[in-house]
Amino acid sequence: MITEAEFAFLRAFLKQRSGLDLGPEKRYLAESRLRPLCRDAGLGSLGELVRKLRSGEDRGLADAAVVAMATHETMFFRDRTPFETLRTDILPRLVEARSELRRLRIWSAAASTGQEAYSVAMIVQEMGLPAAGWTIEILGTDISPSAVERARAGTYSTFEVQRGLPVRHLLDHFSQAGTDWTISPALRSAVEFRVLNLLRDFGGLGTFDVILCRNLAIYLDAPTKTALFERLARVLAPDGALCLGTSETVLGYTRTLVADPERRGFFLHATAAAQPERAYLAG
Amino acid sequence: MKHALVVDDSAVIRKVACRIMEGLAMRTTEAEDGQQALMACRREMPDVVLLDWNMPVMDGYEFLKALRKMPGGKAPKVVFCTTENDVACIARAMHAGADEYVMKPFDRETMTAKLQEVGVV
Ligand SMILES: C[S@@+](CC[C@H](N)C(=O)[O-])C[C@H]1O[C@@H](n2cnc3c(N)ncnc32)[C@H](O)[C@@H]1O
Repeated sequence: MITEAEFAFLRAFLKQRSGLDLGPEKRYLAESRLRPLCRDAGLGSLGELVRKLRSGEDRGLADAAVVAMATHETMFFRDRTPFETLRTDILPRLVEARSELRRLRIWSAAASTGQEAYSVAMIVQEMGLPAAGWTIEILGTDISPSAVERARAGTYSTFEVQRGLPVRHLLDHFSQAGTDWTISPALRSAVEFRVLNLLRDFGGLGTFDVILCRNLAIYLDAPTKTALFERLARVLAPDGALCLGTSETVLGYTRTLVADPERRGFFLHATAAAQPERAYLAG
Repeated sequence: MKHALVVDDSAVIRKVACRIMEGLAMRTTEAEDGQQALMACRREMPDVVLLDWNMPVMDGYEFLKALRKMPGGKAPKVVFCTTENDVACIARAMHAGADEYVMKPFDRETMTAKLQEVGVV
């Protein structure tokens, strides 16, 4: 067990080092996450670990402690594969389907601090779409005003900026300011962030070709999930795709949407799946 | 089973890194500096090297340049894991033949994603 004062130190320590904010109620979490480190470092107790961290004499230990405590909220290109699927498969097909309109709308619906939306913006830019005269609207929304503010600023700590982000992207799309990294003006202006509670009406946002609503549904109860999926379906283009988190599915919650049999993590209108020539799955 | 060489002068960091690599079903060898790491590579070329920058005797940057000149030394994927977080250092490391770059502090997810990026997991 650690004391209240030791926990306060650990929170401040983590925040200062990584930008991560461990909630005041996460004392037990911090303890359980630091215990393996104590063992590895050959320290007898968590109290001893805190004393060593306070003394600041062991850099390796300090870094390892930050890592052990970090809460894993979001990251760039989270789970990697869905973003590969977007880049190589879903977006190219939508581009073909919209060749007249030359316009795509993409929504990161639980955007947190923006990494997901910016990952999509990097893909879109690397596909050369804006340069080719396409209008690509990327909207990021989250219930948390502070998360939205951080997303808009596009500034990340060293720890955050490399979670999931290949170093090539870091060099191409970020500039360094001290220990922070800021996303390029081109990408920042490609994404709009707004505060939005998904439990409220969002019909006014218009229709989207791709919706990412990742790692939010897992925290909702069944009726709330059903309602959310059906309301998302209403703003998803008939041939559009919804992307959920790796451990999330619409199965058992709604019949309006169905899993894309070919692309893990993506969901389509049931009507489109029944008429493949109408969906992006038409090759 | 893939073989990872973990090069760092901090015993704690080596331990943590080895734990991550072993969790990804790799076997690990440790070295405390660039010189030891070169000897390890002469004995057996690893599939991937996790490499600190600042170390006594021979630093990670010198090690990397020497490794890439060794017979078979182009094969291992080299992932820098260092507190050097200046964009100029990163560019230098990549230019010298590093495959990925991780700045401390990092966690299991970061490391796993980087290793996927270079194709070792
Ligand atoms: C775990 S994060 C997921 C971030 C990102 N989508 C990802 O997969 O990495 C979940 C986010 O959902 C947001 N959130 C929770 N309830 C919400 C709601 N009712 N409306 C909008 N956003 C919500 C939280 O603020 C948090 O940023």
